[in-house]
Amino acid sequence: MKTDSQESMLNANMARRSFLRYAGVGVASVGLLATAASCHKDHKIIPSANAIDLGAKGDIAILNYAYALEQLEAAFYLQVAATPYSGITSSETALLTDIRDHEVLHREFFKAALGASAIPALTPDFSTINFSSRASVLGAAAAFEDTGVTAYDGAGYLIDNAAYLLIAGKIVSVEARHAALIRNLITPGSFAGADVVDPTTSINKSATIAEVLKIANTYLKTKVSAVNYGYTVA
Amino acid sequence: MNLFNIIEEIENVDPEVYGRISERRDVIKNITSFGSKVALAAMPFAIGTIFKKAYAQTTTTPSVVAILNYALTLEYLESTFYNAGKAKGTALIPAAAATNYFNQVTTDENNHVTFLKGVITSLGAIPVSAPEIDLTAGNGSNAGPFADVLTNYQTFLAVAQVFEDTGVRAYKGQAANILANKAAAEGVKAGLYQTVLTAALGIHAVEARHASAIRSIRGATPWITSTATLGNDTGIGLVNANYDGEQNVSQGGVDVTTLKSVAGSTTSVAIATAAFDEALSMDQVLAILQGSFLVKH
Repeated sequence: MKTDSQESMLNANMARRSFLRYAGVGVASVGLLATAASCHKDHKIIPSANAIDLGAKGDIAILNYAYALEQLEAAFYLQVAATPYSGITSSETALLTDIRDHEVLHREFFKAALGASAIPALTPDFSTINFSSRASVLGAAAAFEDTGVTAYDGAGYLIDNAAYLLIAGKIVSVEARHAALIRNLITPGSFAGADVVDPTTSINKSATIAEVLKIANTYLKTKVSAVNYGYTVA
Repeated sequence: MNLFNIIEEIENVDPEVYGRISERRDVIKNITSFGSKVALAAMPFAIGTIFKKAYAQTTTTPSVVAILNYALTLEYLESTFYNAGKAKGTALIPAAAATNYFNQVTTDENNHVTFLKGVITSLGAIPVSAPEIDLTAGNGSNAGPFADVLTNYQTFLAVAQVFEDTGVRAYKGQAANILANKAAAEGVKAGLYQTVLTAALGIHAVEARHASAIRSIRGATPWITSTATLGNDTGIGLVNANYDGEQNVSQGGVDVTTLKSVAGSTTSVAIATAAFDEALSMDQVLAILQGSFLVKH
């Protein structure tokens, strides 16, 4: 059970110290999906010493899972746009700026839609990425996009509400468009490479919540766990 | 046969029957006017038509097999298209584009056909046969609006882009239908729902990867960038229906243009439409394709 003191601590420590300084955008919170979801009041964000948990099994947890990934992607591209790698072309700048704006909108959408049920803002840790290096930035971008696609595809069956499933579908194909572009920027023709698309069936690979969060957490100071989906932060 | 008793029987089961059709009076009027125009033997069909219309929304969720056969039909179209293009060799597709892009896309679409046929067969059903296809969109005349699709690379690219973007929308439109079949699928075999939905989402993502790559070759943004009034960003007016709805900016009840962006307190329509791909229903897709790319006799 979450107590008031834990909640206020959470708010103070997590939300206030959000990476909005990366974003330079404020908070919009409407809570439409949360209002629509009857399990709203049952949802508990479980703070622990070192992780924010997605909470009870259900659509809100999956939406928060997506929100966590979109926060990470948005923060990454905001940094890319703020400190462009050396030798960046005008075409690459335009494309990466578009992607940044898509990811920021995805993040803002989940924040608005989840309202009071949203997990706090997460603090990224991009210390392993060299933002002045094209190879480092595009390599990380491809990893984020490909991971995002496998995450949405792998979590689709866990969504109960058809409207939420449709929204996930609307977002995942845009992530796949991003992924294909980034991969082609790295190596022309690698848009559907065998490392991400099964070469026999030509179906995009999918990943479990545990597999995805393990990767995502390497880029997060604030770790995210999903105890009810079999993933605990070590 | 007492038609008025039938209506009353339905009313017992479904108190909203009149709302579904219209007014009670109209139901009676419909019946009597049908009765005056059609032979008595045809009456059950006439009545059936009234109720089919009234209940269309609640009774037409396609089965998993129907969804898979629909997907297979679309994959037949795409694979036929790319195989025909590939057969033209460098007379149509520049060698570098074939190596980097079209060989991969062709293989993927052929693999999707094989995969879907296999899944349908494994469910004890029969995969649909390949439809009669006219790649010029001429409904069998082979002289449709894209008459030079296999001789003009730019036309080939344009049709490829439209097929891929439409394919993404078509798969997306079936996600909710697959969900509606969850219990039925699980009744067939435990885990079948997850398998089918995940495979459909996985093909959906690959179509999006193709769309992105082909759009880039054409010099378009890899994502669909609509205006407030027009979903279609291809510049080809003939395919407006393929993109209609992409201009939507309302997601889950949120007008996403009202959300903050890096640029300010709102988000542009260009970003709002590009950040969310929209779905097309089975009926919408078939209405677009039948009588043009899919030959209708």
